Amino acid sequence: MRLPRWFHLLGSPPFVYRLAGKVAPWLGVVTCVLLAVGGYWGLVVAPPDRVQGEVYRVLFIHPQIAYVSVMAYVVMAIAAGIGFVWRIKLAHGVAATAAPIGASFTACALATGALWGRPTWGTYWQWTDPRIMSETLLLFLFLGYLALRAAFEDRDKADRVSAILAVVGVVDVPIIHYSVIWWNSLHQGPSIMKLDKPSISPEMLTPFLIMVAAFTACFCWLLLNGLRGEIVERERDTRWIRELVAGTRG
Amino acid sequence: MAPFSTIVLRDVRIAFRRLSEAANPLLFFMVVTTLFPLALSPSADELREVGTGVLWVSTLLSSLLALEGLFRSDADDGSLEQLMLSPVPLGITVLAKIAAHWLLTILPLIALVPILALSYEMPAAVLPTMVGALLLATPTLSVLVALGAALTVGLRRGGAIVGLLVLPLTAPLLIFGTRATEFGLHDEPAAGPLYLLAALAALSLALGPVAIAAALRVGVE
Amino acid sequence: MTDFLRMGGDGAYVWSAYGVTLAVLVFNVWWARRRHRAALERARASALDERVGRRPTVRQIE
Repeated sequence: MRLPRWFHLLGSPPFVYRLAGKVAPWLGVVTCVLLAVGGYWGLVVAPPDRVQGEVYRVLFIHPQIAYVSVMAYVVMAIAAGIGFVWRIKLAHGVAATAAPIGASFTACALATGALWGRPTWGTYWQWTDPRIMSETLLLFLFLGYLALRAAFEDRDKADRVSAILAVVGVVDVPIIHYSVIWWNSLHQGPSIMKLDKPSISPEMLTPFLIMVAAFTACFCWLLLNGLRGEIVERERDTRWIRELVAGTRG
Repeated sequence: MAPFSTIVLRDVRIAFRRLSEAANPLLFFMVVTTLFPLALSPSADELREVGTGVLWVSTLLSSLLALEGLFRSDADDGSLEQLMLSPVPLGITVLAKIAAHWLLTILPLIALVPILALSYEMPAAVLPTMVGALLLATPTLSVLVALGAALTVGLRRGGAIVGLLVLPLTAPLLIFGTRATEFGLHDEPAAGPLYLLAALAALSLALGPVAIAAALRVGVE
Repeated sequence: MTDFLRMGGDGAYVWSAYGVTLAVLVFNVWWARRRHRAALERARASALDERVGRRPTVRQIE
């Protein structure tokens, strides 16, 4: 099967390094603009909620962060899988970069969720909420991946072993998600799902979606930023890196 | 099927030679299930309520204990490489080792569960459902434990992180298994979660050995 | 303005949530930058070692 040229270029570290170097700043600008617009809209312009009053405004960050954290795991698993099957080191680099970003976003989702839960549910943490449980398990999946990576001295082994874990994990993530939802459906009690609104008013929907775009762009920005450092680290002893650093003040 | 049963019998025989080691998971199981009432000081009703969860979690934790015997001891003395070089497909070898792990580690636990369940004031009527759920859930558990062992086989102190790697993946087993048991406890039909457990077992037994074989190849090279 | 900050009495929660999120983002940016710079430094150092003829980890016994 003849692969297009850009496919091969995407496996070339110097090419991706330079491409990321050009694209990342723009993504950064887009991210900041979207965050500013969405944040202002959500915090200032959008009207208070009928039920939750002002505190619902966490709606403009919490679900977005949670969604991106799951996306980060999927990106990580796909990249690791590609790296494992086709032996593309750069793909492993993407996975290694996505992992800490995803882990921090997952932790952030849990924190913002807890801060939202206290004034609305009365408690910071409710074990029986399916989203909390899902997200907590996702955090452990990220931490397990990072721990496994760190345990190997040989980077190549670390890449491939953790790739297997990531792929098994990504198969398990939907299973975990639905099993937890099923588990919770048996506890019909007071735990109302956060997004259990019959409909979301358009004045809230627009900033909500802007923030979805903002955090997605943010993840891509952070990924490309982190990938550059990862590439330099991995390619430290190659000629093109030598030439790169020789061009700067030594 | 001959290579399969050969490997299973080999592992069983090796385990019987070091019987005290093979009994570790069972002893751990008994100790842990003893610690909970000690820590909780529960009334009879409270005991019954926590019994399901305690026994299931203890099963999960105890199954981690036989990790060393799965792959590491074979890797240490070179027999794992021999097995990998043999004409038997690595997936079959892996399945055989999982079967041996299940027979040696899990089956004794499940045999002990009825007695412990009764000690936790659980009615005898729940036992068929509970044991059934355990029988359906534990093959997947063995697969996941084997995966953890294979991923860390190249590491000197891999045992430390295996819990972190494997236990989150077992969450669905825990959920469906305990819910099935609870249904049995309240005389409700438990078919739903039991079928789901069976589906997970089929999925993991079919796909697990592939991942485990891949992990072994990376770890042993 | 104070109404805005108070957020109907739950200001602490809303602003903490937004603050935590901002902190996580800033941390990620800072961390990535730091890693990049450190990697470039290490590459520079090992390039220098090679140029000077010094192997970074092997010492010659005179």
